[in-house]
Amino acid sequence: MANLATSKAGSDRNRTFLMILIPVLVLFVAFNTIPLLTGFFYSFTNSKGYGPFEIIGLQNYIDLFQDARVGNSYLFTFKLAVVSTILVNVLSLILAIGLSSKIKFKSALRGLYFVPRILGALVVGYVFTYFFTYIVPAVTGTDSILASADWAWIGIVVVLVWQACAQTTIIYITGLSSVPEDVYEAGSLDGATGWNKFRYLTFPLIMPSITTNMVLVMKDMLMVFDQIVAMTGGGPANSTESISYLIYENGLNNSQFGFQCANAVLFFILIAVVSIAQTKFLNSKEEQL
Amino acid sequence: MANNTVPTKVKERVNWPITILLMIGTLTVLFPLYMAVVIAFKDPSEMTNDIAGILSLPATWSLDNFIEAIQVTDFFHSFLNSLIITVVAVVVSILIHSLAAYAIGRNMDKKKLFKGSYYFIVAGMYVPFAILMMPLVKQTAMMHLDNMVGVMILYVVFYMPMNMMLYTGYLRNIPTALEEAARVDGASTWTTYWKVIFPLMKPMHATVAVITGLAVWNDVMTPLVIMGGSGVNTLPLAQMNFQTAFATNYNLAFASYLLAMLPMIIFYIVAQKQIIGGVTNGAVK
Repeated sequence: MANLATSKAGSDRNRTFLMILIPVLVLFVAFNTIPLLTGFFYSFTNSKGYGPFEIIGLQNYIDLFQDARVGNSYLFTFKLAVVSTILVNVLSLILAIGLSSKIKFKSALRGLYFVPRILGALVVGYVFTYFFTYIVPAVTGTDSILASADWAWIGIVVVLVWQACAQTTIIYITGLSSVPEDVYEAGSLDGATGWNKFRYLTFPLIMPSITTNMVLVMKDMLMVFDQIVAMTGGGPANSTESISYLIYENGLNNSQFGFQCANAVLFFILIAVVSIAQTKFLNSKEEQL
Repeated sequence: MANNTVPTKVKERVNWPITILLMIGTLTVLFPLYMAVVIAFKDPSEMTNDIAGILSLPATWSLDNFIEAIQVTDFFHSFLNSLIITVVAVVVSILIHSLAAYAIGRNMDKKKLFKGSYYFIVAGMYVPFAILMMPLVKQTAMMHLDNMVGVMILYVVFYMPMNMMLYTGYLRNIPTALEEAARVDGASTWTTYWKVIFPLMKPMHATVAVITGLAVWNDVMTPLVIMGGSGVNTLPLAQMNFQTAFATNYNLAFASYLLAMLPMIIFYIVAQKQIIGGVTNGAVK
């Protein structure tokens, strides 16, 4: 009797779990897996996004590698992502060390440096566009960097770094606070000070934070979109067209639906490879500790 | 080591050079905001082409630009839409994602179906919106979901991978003994979840609310491609439309930017600790 009751309760429990799992899976498949597969399918077609289309095999993928505009968008996006990721991490680490030392107004300062994280990237982009278009030229007497095909990307880096430092700094502060006090005490007995203390004590111990931040920032930067919309619209002369922006612009507005689906598939593979590679790197670093 | 008092004393002294450097550094954060405030309050006639004309304090602190910006951008409608989308997306995410994570987390060690589902959903984190965007435009239009409802559904799906990972991670620390006790008392699995487990996950609900809420509130791309041009705007969409139509009146534009930033700034002032805590938890876990 007792056994029967338990197994009945067990099957009731299993039924409940299945009744939760199935609708959630259906929802996920409907709005994530199916569009993903649809996109994959369209990447083999010459669809304009409307009207009839034909299956053209790998033609889009072949064209991708010969399309100068696509090539430029990858170069630009990677340049932007690598430079911003390094700058964000260096600046945030310095800021975090400062904000973790014995300072006055500690919580107020930490609170202030976090403000950029809560603001929308679009509006921040608009504010900085004004800054680069009117304030900087008035001081330096030069033209706006956003109007220059060679320098516009620097303006975007500034905005990306300004916003991304907020969260990155907070993660570094958390990482630094987890370094046990006695490590430093033991280190100072051994005469470790300043740079040596950082290089040989702090740095290895905050390695997990460093790699977390590298992965998070790099992934965000590779997907940059809002700042491009707000600041340059991909210009001048397509010099600041990020991959996401190009897919949006040409895939949805300029009838390259099939072709940009192929671009998006390539982009997806790239994001996955970069993220997985970085996560692997993260795990191997953590094991060493 | 406890009687070694010398380093302790050194540590107690306030490091003024670093404090001052950090205070100067906050100018990088405050300057763009200062610029936005002074320009937003100025009359266009006060704007000369030199720095002083742009950055000096306004002659009178007039709210005219704000009143006009509210009308031109239809601020209250966009604000309300953003608020509805964010609140619904956050509440539904908390309810559904935590429940799904419970079903998956409690079974993934024993059952392949649940384990597979976990990795299937979490792998969604590597899928950039750019690849889903184009098919979703067609799909939502076909399903008559090219509106706020569609956008809310998409958010619940997009943040599922991340939240699933956070919730299942948190569930590992909640002992099953509690549920078993409730079961012995005759409570069903469903009741046990809502009465026992759901309240225990409160810290993770806060984290999920902060991360999902910030991302949804500030998101541009999803509403832009799904319901752009429909006349229904979120706050960022309204800014975008305004920018294309009236970009030359900078005083009006900055008043509008400030209005768009204001709700989040107020929210941050009220709930700073929770927001910073949520963002940190979500990133580190």
